[in-house]
Amino acid sequence: MATNLTNDFGIEIRHLYKIFGYQAQASIERVKQGMSKAELLSNHSHVLGLKDINISMPSGGIQVIMGLSGSGKSTLIRHINRLIEPTAGEVIVGGVDVLKMSPTDLREFRRHKISMVFQKFALLPNRTVLDNAVYGLEIQGMSRDRQVEIATGWLDRVGLQGYASHYPNQLSGGMQQRVGLARALASDAPILLMDEAFSALDPLIRMDMQSVLLDLQKEIKKTIVFITHDLDEALRIGDRIAILRDGEVVQQGTRQEIVMTPADDYIANFVKEVNRGRVIGVEAIMRPIVQVKGGATLTVPMGTSLESAVKRLVEAGFDELVVTDSQGQPVGQLALKSIIATMVTSAVSEESQDVQPRVKSKA
Amino acid sequence: MEWLLSFPHMEDERLRALKKVIDGAFRNFTSTYGDSFEAFFQPLQVFLNQSERFMTTTPWPIIIVLVALIAWFASRSWRIVLGCVFTLMAIGYLDMWSDTMKTLSMIFVCTVISIVIGLPTGIAMARSNRLQNVVSPVLDVMQTLPSFVYLIPVVMLLGIGKVAGLIAVVIYALPPMIRLTNLGIRHVDAEMLECADAFGSSSWQKLKNVQLPLALPSIMAGINQTIMMALAMVVIASMIGVQGLGQPVLKAISNQYFTLGIFNGLAIVGIAVIFDRVSQAYGRRLQKHLERVHGH
Repeated sequence: MATNLTNDFGIEIRHLYKIFGYQAQASIERVKQGMSKAELLSNHSHVLGLKDINISMPSGGIQVIMGLSGSGKSTLIRHINRLIEPTAGEVIVGGVDVLKMSPTDLREFRRHKISMVFQKFALLPNRTVLDNAVYGLEIQGMSRDRQVEIATGWLDRVGLQGYASHYPNQLSGGMQQRVGLARALASDAPILLMDEAFSALDPLIRMDMQSVLLDLQKEIKKTIVFITHDLDEALRIGDRIAILRDGEVVQQGTRQEIVMTPADDYIANFVKEVNRGRVIGVEAIMRPIVQVKGGATLTVPMGTSLESAVKRLVEAGFDELVVTDSQGQPVGQLALKSIIATMVTSAVSEESQDVQPRVKSKA
Repeated sequence: MEWLLSFPHMEDERLRALKKVIDGAFRNFTSTYGDSFEAFFQPLQVFLNQSERFMTTTPWPIIIVLVALIAWFASRSWRIVLGCVFTLMAIGYLDMWSDTMKTLSMIFVCTVISIVIGLPTGIAMARSNRLQNVVSPVLDVMQTLPSFVYLIPVVMLLGIGKVAGLIAVVIYALPPMIRLTNLGIRHVDAEMLECADAFGSSSWQKLKNVQLPLALPSIMAGINQTIMMALAMVVIASMIGVQGLGQPVLKAISNQYFTLGIFNGLAIVGIAVIFDRVSQAYGRRLQKHLERVHGH
């Protein structure tokens, strides 16, 4: 199977603006001078979709863009393959500005460099699973034999052996989205856009599909842009997370940064319910090595979650552990007490926590 | 007070002059361009003659076998095949075979022409709102203008005969084909179109892979409607010399032959039912994949 083990297809989004309306170009100056979304809508009847978006997505990683409905996340992802034309800004993919491509270049780019998975699957109901999976290859103009060979391989990889001749309507939602995933992966593009790909699925199936994606990603190492409104999903699969609200990026960073240092109350409210022990790693809260009490020590590698660190400490009967780097050298130490303190402390101050209404991400 | 009771209309003299001018202009137009129109439609004449020759000179058992085969491959239903064969036998036994064949040939040619014109027009209309705004009122006129009215200029241009009849039938039967093609393509799911674009489809690939297949049920309904409307026009077309089941009906009207009218009328109904059942069963078979097997 031809997969790119390394790819240079990072995505740079710079100063991207999208305004919906007849005189978008004229409105952009108003927005740059600080006019708010509400003002623009009521005084000029233009909708501010995206405002000064700057995101750098490294190649080979999963970038999650999270936001509630209306935050502009679906608009943003459609700028990366230019299904939507921006009002201003740049989208640089693999060193090339997508927004400057000619129609022919854009078509070639979409055929070979970028593929997409859709929220409602977007499968052709009149085609079998196999014929849906070859869709991208058919558009590339590949011979039918090669199409079938490659698509069958990917259908097997996503766990759809023996379903090639079924029709989409004969499959459950989870299986239909596996077809959508196989179709996107078959075209061998280094970039994969996933637009709320798992949002239409039941929670259990959703977890299942997240595991499928994470397992595959270990091998395929594509640049994945994943849109979701579900914070748990974002924290589970995102290497980096950007949070969008009213068309603006409110915070971006790793999952630990989001959970431990939320940029404002809006995000703090979001992450309040998160299981911090599972998201935060030991290296984030370790102290420099001073001395280790007692003779024997428990060592854990960097990247171990607090939850599993506690489990191992309790099993071993210690109350202090040493964190080691990838070479096995000690880089810090951490006491059981401070781990537990971090796990139970919410980012929101203790007093306000009980009185504030519960805000949960929309499931 | 008088002007309140009778609408103040154009002076009789001027109105008469106006009509005369238009009539004269059209008559001039016919005598100048009539021949070129006839030459333009010559291929249709050939198509009609070939089709009619095939239907009337082929031995009847072969025709029945052909119809049965088509019905079987379209519907895969013995009931429909038997229904078709029985209807044709009854028509033949009541001595309406050759008229029926002429009508079938006419309907076949009209349907083909309607599809050839209607499908591309419908597709173009779905792509351009401006074109839709222009074509829609034209279709309204085609469907509501009494057919006798446009029979007059058609006959003046092309004379009495099959081609004039064909044009009259197509004018009447074409609108549903165009409308339903347009509608079907416009109703294709937006996410499906986005998907086609995201994978880098050319405009032709999008049409071929996504729009036409997803609009097919609607297009099939359009073809079905076109056939039904063409059959309804058969009697009127017989007034300008189209042979077939319409002529005996016309004769029955003018001479008050009750049974002749009923027999030929029922033959038209019989053919309509055959066409309808077979094409609908075919449409249903095309959509078999939409049946939900997995419960959800």
